[in-house]
Amino acid sequence: MARAITPRRKILTSGLAWAIGILLFFPIYWTILTSFKTEAQAINDPPLFFFFDWTLENYAVVQDRSDYMRFLWNSVIIAGGSTLLGILVAVPAAWSMAFVPSKRTKDILLWMLSTKMLPAVGVLYPISLIFVEFNLLDTRIGLVVVLMLINLPIIVWMLYTYFKEIPGEILEAARMDGAGLREEILYVLTPMAIPGIASTILLNFILAWNEAFWTLNLTAAGAAPLTAFIASYSSPEGLFFAKLSAASTMAIAPILILGWFSQKQLVRGLTFGAVK
Amino acid sequence: MSLKRALLAVSAMVSVASTAAYAETLTIATVNNGDMIRMQGYTDDFTEKTGHTVEWVTLEENVLRQRVTTDITTKGGQFDIMTIGMYETPIWGANGWLVPLDGLSAEYDVDDILPAMRGGLSHEGTLYAAPFYGESSMVMYRTDLMEAAGLEMPAAPTWEFIREAAAAMTDRGNDINGVCLRGKAGWGEGGAFITVTGNSFGARWFDEDWNAQFDQPEWKAALEFFIGMMNEYGPPGYATNGFNENLSLFQQGKCGMWIDATVAASFVTNPNDSTVADKVGFALAPDTGLGKRSNWLWAWALAIPAGTQKADAAKEFIEWATSKDYIELVAANEGWANVPPGARTSLYANPEYQKVPFAQMTLDSINAADPTDPTVKPVPYVGIQFVAIPEFAGIATEVSQEFSAAYAGQQSVDEALAKAQALTNDAMEAAGYR
Repeated sequence: MARAITPRRKILTSGLAWAIGILLFFPIYWTILTSFKTEAQAINDPPLFFFFDWTLENYAVVQDRSDYMRFLWNSVIIAGGSTLLGILVAVPAAWSMAFVPSKRTKDILLWMLSTKMLPAVGVLYPISLIFVEFNLLDTRIGLVVVLMLINLPIIVWMLYTYFKEIPGEILEAARMDGAGLREEILYVLTPMAIPGIASTILLNFILAWNEAFWTLNLTAAGAAPLTAFIASYSSPEGLFFAKLSAASTMAIAPILILGWFSQKQLVRGLTFGAVK
Repeated sequence: MSLKRALLAVSAMVSVASTAAYAETLTIATVNNGDMIRMQGYTDDFTEKTGHTVEWVTLEENVLRQRVTTDITTKGGQFDIMTIGMYETPIWGANGWLVPLDGLSAEYDVDDILPAMRGGLSHEGTLYAAPFYGESSMVMYRTDLMEAAGLEMPAAPTWEFIREAAAAMTDRGNDINGVCLRGKAGWGEGGAFITVTGNSFGARWFDEDWNAQFDQPEWKAALEFFIGMMNEYGPPGYATNGFNENLSLFQQGKCGMWIDATVAASFVTNPNDSTVADKVGFALAPDTGLGKRSNWLWAWALAIPAGTQKADAAKEFIEWATSKDYIELVAANEGWANVPPGARTSLYANPEYQKVPFAQMTLDSINAADPTDPTVKPVPYVGIQFVAIPEFAGIATEVSQEFSAAYAGQQSVDEALAKAQALTNDAMEAAGYR
């Protein structure tokens, strides 16, 4: 029997949820707001929350100085490419771990995750040397591969968790009906795991979109994505907060819109299997 | 007639083709400073004159350092020109990582570069980077508050006077702090400031045998003076304030005095951003009467990494960007107050530039800084707010973190100095200096 929720409890829970939501959204709100201020207003003390002369000047300056579309296109290619490549590699890996586990599967999963504990700067030189050797510096393909490798443990883990929720008997039935491995994964497993795969794609796309260590260190003028676009507006000597906020708003806008339209899918995927 | 026309057409085509074959695309790594961004806007002038085009990669200062260091040491060859500072230039030049800037044209007039800048950007007499703009540090103060306090700022004040003036100008009720100084951790932020303050108190980083000197009384005196003054008359949370935080406080009229980079003078006197633009005076950085002032010397300079295939075109760009003609180009379009300062002697001889209120004090501050003789006692290193050895950036970042913790009251001055002494000696021993 479901527990009755008192009106007071409901108000408290809703209030808490709103408070956490506002707290999490505040940095984004503040960035967007600052992008419409002048540099002097951006650093005003006390801070200006709403009543100031709104200006589009920062957006004009950013548009004038940077080729936004080039950075955006690079971000789309790098984030999209690395996510898709990761899914192609991770689906068979997660399948084997979920349905034909060996004695060492758990160890391998933990080992994969442990690679995320290594600070990125620790392998900066080896990766840079490999990139120089294979002529991959400042190329989108190089970054696609690196970001795929970085996010692969998360992709495999997420897919493994989703696949574990699917009864192995269904796949077994498909095999008895004559399905080969390819058909089993493509036509039986994948359709059943679509919510999980979709949320994995979305989450990894966001992670790759926001990745700011390798994208700054392995690019120059050609393959630089939006993270490099934002970084170019930070200044050691001179006020830059308003212009930086305008650049940040332009950089996060596409991912915010994507997240907004796919939030149902994302939540459904992330809570998939949470309730049995 | 037709033959003549045909010949002319052919020769024109050949000349266009040869120009096109020679024309290069240069990739330049730089920082987002006002003067650098302004230069990007004039790139068309360079392209018109030489046929070369330019691609800019603008990065945050620390990212830029990491990025260009990785590129140069792995021979990545991503950049044809790099914007680097006075700290990196002699070290990288000595390592053979930079193309020597010799053979510059007579028109460029290399002897016109300010001697202090030329010396700081050279290794064993060879110039490795051309200064785009240079800076020292000086006192910027509110003339109205100073007058209200009944004091007059000397052209060359002492630290004691600065403390006295800070006490007189502090007005907590009106949110005015007597003095705003850098306390933020980082070798180029608070680390630079406390190093030059230490210089004026007779302190030094190392003795002649590369032993750390934080256990000496001069460092304790400098730190106790700094913390005592800032606790009483500085802004709250000064331990996390760097250049930009203090700039914003000063521009909002919340600082009586600010001692920092000379390049800030153009920001605080700009009426578009500063509420106190018409009430700012300038003075040399303070001393304690020991013969050394607490001012630094720095330049953002353009250098050519040894791995580039386009060294000739890169040299043409550097000649263009750091030339007298470029300064005149900016002056003609944006006024003399906006030209890149601190690089050329001829700029300070120009009667038009002499009318800029902070011009003479900037030159005097630069001339008062000598990187080869930075401290009261002798030292084995070159550099004023830094020590020109590769290990310094890492050591000084850690030392400045300890000092910032002392500014924030998280540990005592003695504890901070003891930790600084130990970690510096350990690092120098590991690096083979001791």
